[in-house]
Amino acid sequence: MKILVPVKRVPDPATTIRVLPDGSGIATDNVKWVINPFDEIAIEEALRIKEKQGSGEVVLISVGQTAWQEQLRTGLAMGADRAILVKADTPLDTLAIARAIAKVASDEKPELIIIGKQAIDDDSNQIGQMLAEMLGWPQATFASKVELAGEKCTVVREVDGGLETVAFPMPAVITTDLRLNEPRYASLPGIMKARKKPLNEIAVDSLGVDLAPKLKIKTLNAPEKRQAGRKVASVEELVQVLHTEAKVI
Amino acid sequence: MADFISDLDFYQLDELLSPEDRMTRAAVRQFVQREVTPHVEKHFADSTFPLELIPRLAEFGVFGANLKGYGCAGMNNVAYGLIMQELEAADSGLRSFASVQSALAMYAIYAWGSEEQKNRYLPLMAQGKLIGCFGLTEPDHGSDPGGMETRARKDGHGWILNGMKRWITNGSIADLAVVWAKIDQGITGFIVEKGAPGFSTRDIHGKFSMRASITSELFFDDVRLDAGAQLPAARGLKAPLACLTQARYGIAWGAIGAARTCYQCALDYTRARKQFSRPLAGYQLVQNKLVNMLTEITKAQLICLRLGQMKDAGTMRPEHVSLAKRNNVQMALDIARTARDMLGANGIVNEYPVIRHMLNLETVNTYEGAYDVHTLILGRDITGIGAFD
Repeated sequence: MKILVPVKRVPDPATTIRVLPDGSGIATDNVKWVINPFDEIAIEEALRIKEKQGSGEVVLISVGQTAWQEQLRTGLAMGADRAILVKADTPLDTLAIARAIAKVASDEKPELIIIGKQAIDDDSNQIGQMLAEMLGWPQATFASKVELAGEKCTVVREVDGGLETVAFPMPAVITTDLRLNEPRYASLPGIMKARKKPLNEIAVDSLGVDLAPKLKIKTLNAPEKRQAGRKVASVEELVQVLHTEAKVI
Repeated sequence: MADFISDLDFYQLDELLSPEDRMTRAAVRQFVQREVTPHVEKHFADSTFPLELIPRLAEFGVFGANLKGYGCAGMNNVAYGLIMQELEAADSGLRSFASVQSALAMYAIYAWGSEEQKNRYLPLMAQGKLIGCFGLTEPDHGSDPGGMETRARKDGHGWILNGMKRWITNGSIADLAVVWAKIDQGITGFIVEKGAPGFSTRDIHGKFSMRASITSELFFDDVRLDAGAQLPAARGLKAPLACLTQARYGIAWGAIGAARTCYQCALDYTRARKQFSRPLAGYQLVQNKLVNMLTEITKAQLICLRLGQMKDAGTMRPEHVSLAKRNNVQMALDIARTARDMLGANGIVNEYPVIRHMLNLETVNTYEGAYDVHTLILGRDITGIGAFD
């Protein structure tokens, strides 16, 4: 089975993010970049499916700049078979990225696309759903368990207040939630092997899809600084304050 | 324990690393952060080695990572150094385990062993299924290994080994010991397997340093060895010294990891703790200490990166390693002691990693060529006059 895993390059969650003074973006000097953690879970799930089936191919895809190769190589070091970098020199919006991935998917014809439910930088949570729509495939979002049987796939989804089990035919799109699995580390022999695995570049312009931006980021603001806490003298005062000021009881 | 594993790259040396080097470091750092630092303080307190990490480190490819073939990862030496750095950022004992397994025991077999010995031991050692130790130092012969008293005498086709070794990391948990002994022709090495009649070990207790690491004595009482136990290419003191060069190379990198953890801890602590009217980090005396630490760590990083490049190019001499080991470990020890002081009373408890690193680094400064011995090695190199023989 061929599984396509879209991968996004995002700032390391441990990095302190600073918004640029003009609000146009974040300062990227001294930022370490990693694979979006939810996409890492997607890679792990794809590798587990391949290992369980004993055959298949895990193909990674990114839409971004040359530097994104580094995250694709990390995914190859985890065990993916090959990678495709759709090169876009300027950042694209979500819809354009989904169109680019959908176009490549229609050529690659994977049985499954597994992708993180959202990227930890912009938290937009859209690509998986857009891909399902564009390709006309079923989708199972926020997966916490994936089981394959023949042509059918069963996914347990994390929904508000519980779990929902859905079954659907493949090809399909699955987006991964945090509890689906714990991704493996790229091993040292894996890193050595990754060097020789194919990483093909495709220019985004050559795909013939509409890349015109529909979304414009107007400004970014840093979260407001948290106010220092305050001490109260007695339980009575605490109850009073929770009632009159915080209005939680 | 708070997590002080951090990045410290003031001179943007990352730009000089290959993507594979960076990927290697990132993977090991993540592993250490998740699986080592949460447990290391308890191992130090209980004086136990985290045995459960051995299969994980093996799966990762850490053992013999810079050796080629025999199931080893075949990394370059800069990547290998970065691995050592990340391991020692957690604890010098963990890096010591990896150094002894890889740079001493495996390297001895790799460099001086027969093809049969290499095929028999190296793949299993890379998989962590066989643990090795390295017996060179004796109770009365530390800096002067050439004075060793352990002897092997010919007995038919085999050998009879007698003597003792002390300060042997991994000694009692090792499945095999690479043991150096005198024969009529000079010094040579033997592989002694655990359970050989007459071979016993005893752990050294009461350590205030390297508590999360096992240190033992090895005793050889008429141990009968086959002819095949001898490392055929190991002739003379240069054979074990070549192994020490490999280990010292890793130590020079490892020390940066320990220093970095102490620096980061002192930086975070002094920025957060207020005394009088401002954070401690707002005082000139404290800033002076922090800036000295940053400067020394950056210099050590530059030394190691260049040393790694020379090792890969085949132009590194043992004296180059002496300079790096001598400088970097003393640097790390100084930083750990200063950081201990900067943390005040909090610097003496294991809520912070500083005092553990400080105590460990006393060992690191002593073993694998004490600071003063490296001084003499370098002194001989630049003057042409040996001051210690």
